[in-house]
Amino acid sequence: MSFQIIEQPTTYDVCIVGSGAGGGMAAKILSEKGFKIALLEAGPDFDPANSEQRTQLRWPYESPRRGAGTQRAFGDFDMAYGGWNIDGEPYTKERGTEFDWFRSRMVGGRTNHWGRISLRFGPLDFKRKDFDGKGDNWPIGYDDVKPYYDKVDKLIGVFGTKENMPNEPDGYFLPPPKPRLHELYFKKGAEKVGVPMIPSRLSILTKRVNKKRQACFYCNQCARSCTVYGDFSSSSVLVKPARETGNVDMFVNAMVREVITDGNGKATGVHYIDKTDSKDYRVKAKVVILAASACSSARILLNSKSSVHPNGLANSSEVVGKYLHDSTGSSRMAFIPSLMDRKRYNEDGVGGMHLYTPWWLNDRKDLGFTRGYHIEYWGGMGMPSYGFGFNMESLNGMVPGLNGETKKAGGYGVGLMEDVKRFYGSTLGLSGRGESIPRAENRCEIDNNKVDKYGIPVLKFHYKWSDEEVKQAAHMQDTFEEIISGMGGIALGQKPGKESNYGLENPGRIIHEVGTTRMGSDPKTSVLNEYNQAHDVPNLFVMDGGGFVSQADKNPTWTILALAWRASDYLAEELKKGNV
Amino acid sequence: MDRRESLKTLLIGGAGSSLLLSCRLDDTTDVSQITDIKEREFDYGRTPEEAAHDEKLMDDKFYTEAEIATIAVLADIIIPGDGEYPPASETGVTDFIEFITKDIPEHKTPMRGGLKWLSHETYKRYEKEFIDCSKEEQIEIVEDIAYPEEVKPELSQGANFFSRIRNLVTTGYFTSKEGIEYLGYMGNRPNVWDGVPEDVLKKHGMEYDEKTLKRSIKPEERNDIADWSNYEV
Repeated sequence: MSFQIIEQPTTYDVCIVGSGAGGGMAAKILSEKGFKIALLEAGPDFDPANSEQRTQLRWPYESPRRGAGTQRAFGDFDMAYGGWNIDGEPYTKERGTEFDWFRSRMVGGRTNHWGRISLRFGPLDFKRKDFDGKGDNWPIGYDDVKPYYDKVDKLIGVFGTKENMPNEPDGYFLPPPKPRLHELYFKKGAEKVGVPMIPSRLSILTKRVNKKRQACFYCNQCARSCTVYGDFSSSSVLVKPARETGNVDMFVNAMVREVITDGNGKATGVHYIDKTDSKDYRVKAKVVILAASACSSARILLNSKSSVHPNGLANSSEVVGKYLHDSTGSSRMAFIPSLMDRKRYNEDGVGGMHLYTPWWLNDRKDLGFTRGYHIEYWGGMGMPSYGFGFNMESLNGMVPGLNGETKKAGGYGVGLMEDVKRFYGSTLGLSGRGESIPRAENRCEIDNNKVDKYGIPVLKFHYKWSDEEVKQAAHMQDTFEEIISGMGGIALGQKPGKESNYGLENPGRIIHEVGTTRMGSDPKTSVLNEYNQAHDVPNLFVMDGGGFVSQADKNPTWTILALAWRASDYLAEELKKGNV
Repeated sequence: MDRRESLKTLLIGGAGSSLLLSCRLDDTTDVSQITDIKEREFDYGRTPEEAAHDEKLMDDKFYTEAEIATIAVLADIIIPGDGEYPPASETGVTDFIEFITKDIPEHKTPMRGGLKWLSHETYKRYEKEFIDCSKEEQIEIVEDIAYPEEVKPELSQGANFFSRIRNLVTTGYFTSKEGIEYLGYMGNRPNVWDGVPEDVLKKHGMEYDEKTLKRSIKPEERNDIADWSNYEV
């Protein structure tokens, strides 16, 4: 049988690759403006309201592994089809460097399971180079993006409080939920040592924003994707209304290989492999938008080689794949004796923390590192799953038993059962999430020796943390101990030291990777202009996190959404003017 | 829904429809007898690949019957139940351990070897199998390996094994329906969160300040649609 590419009959106005935050937003905005859209997704269709896919409100015993993370990295009920490793879709790493790549193959992508932490970048976050001389400034500033943050807040819904803090811009906030007990403990401890805590800013509906989505019913399971659409997922909040316009043709299980170009180097569509029949297809479009996630979009560009684009598409700068950066992360757990023997009540609350700590030391110049971090907190009387009750021997010898006598660590029998009950809700944790400094040498490129099972050359990662990130992690660990002792707690385990880079997670682990197709005003040092449009190819856009010049200590989703909306408005105008 | 009922539902929209048209089905019909469609024991929102993987693991068998019997005895020593709450072996813990050992293969050698270690140690002491020992004899061995910080050096491997099986039994119990009830977890149901109960706040010396009370969501407003007309950023 000879190799054949099957041509889809329609020529679309816009072909969008990827249905996560960026692709979903582009599909919604452009379809509502009347453009004909082909929306491609590498995984299957997904709707959290589909009972066959539902995991929300399931009990641990409904899973034979009691929710363990062997099939889905964050546990059986987490709503991400994919993970750190996907069968038949490998990636490689340069020796001596680390990068872990989390992919979710489904409509809505990683927005189905994310933490819903929805932070705006502040004025400083777009101009960090002005502040510390490192990395680069964005070609745009907060005022350029603010109107779109406002629109995103109102469309999607985010709770929070107006705090008037510099560099933590306020938004259109729904009222936040009251803190849980352990969060009140954290607040007391943190404030004692000068660390602020404020209500979280999460895209969860404490109130409704429209009639199609219900308010949150407080099950704490946003990571399972909400059957009543009470939180933000691209699948339910963006892709669903986009499809309802009648202007979107959805192609699921469509693994894009490359962008197709004509003899002038202009994009004419994409070439994909249908995972269900393994055949090759071509979709034609006037404009191509890549929103496949920062690294996947870079991979598609680098694989789109032609005589006009020998380095890959949109890569005359040779910057595609470079400046890859993820958030830093480091954590610690603690035990609070006065939280033992707690009265039982339902404190599930929303998914994630009700309070958090924004970066509070922007004015300090003597830390040894220049970029900040925020602190996330967890704890409480949550639903048990695999791992619950492990290692009682490291806890139950620490405090007197009910009879006042200190127990021997370990044990069995009714005494062990009582210990599990007594300690329930008394252990908690803190996680720092920080900004790293983007560097050209941290990058992904095409591995010359390896293809995936679709025959597409795979990515090879090169990523090393610098001293800046390591020192930041050390500062996190010191802060965690201060807060823990401020709240009358006992830090658990050994304090991570120099030998473990102070608990600094591998690059990629926080799943905030961005920067691989960064924007800029100079086509020699950047891939995209300030509207996410490729300098080299005017009818090609990248609307995922690839365009980020730097990512602040803020989770990137809210900024991806705002920039994708801004870029879609710009693209619509350009199409109307006949410029693309 | 019991197995027969759920099979019936499964058959009605599925491959068995034509079969059902030709025979009358009432409450006494055991549909499992008229079809070879296998009802999935676990149905929790799997992708087809995940469901196939689970089924494959369930078709395999890792532990021997003797090993499972020993695990059951150990499970009930570790979690014997309390009053109205049943012992671990009655809450599906052995099925869970069978499954998880195949699912997380790192458990395989330490569990098989640990059981063998126990068997060896029991023979040395009593010249019989662990499950054939008296309760007192069983407890005597368990006492020697249940406290890892105080274990005699020559029994350290036994303590390691016991810590592992204690983990598995404990987690299996507390993720079972009965164990969750014993624990007193009260969530996983639609509800409205309106803060920590007053008596709990008081007990812990906490309170919500005025600002928090004023800004937080009021339960009665949760179904309102957000109105931004008087809101400024």
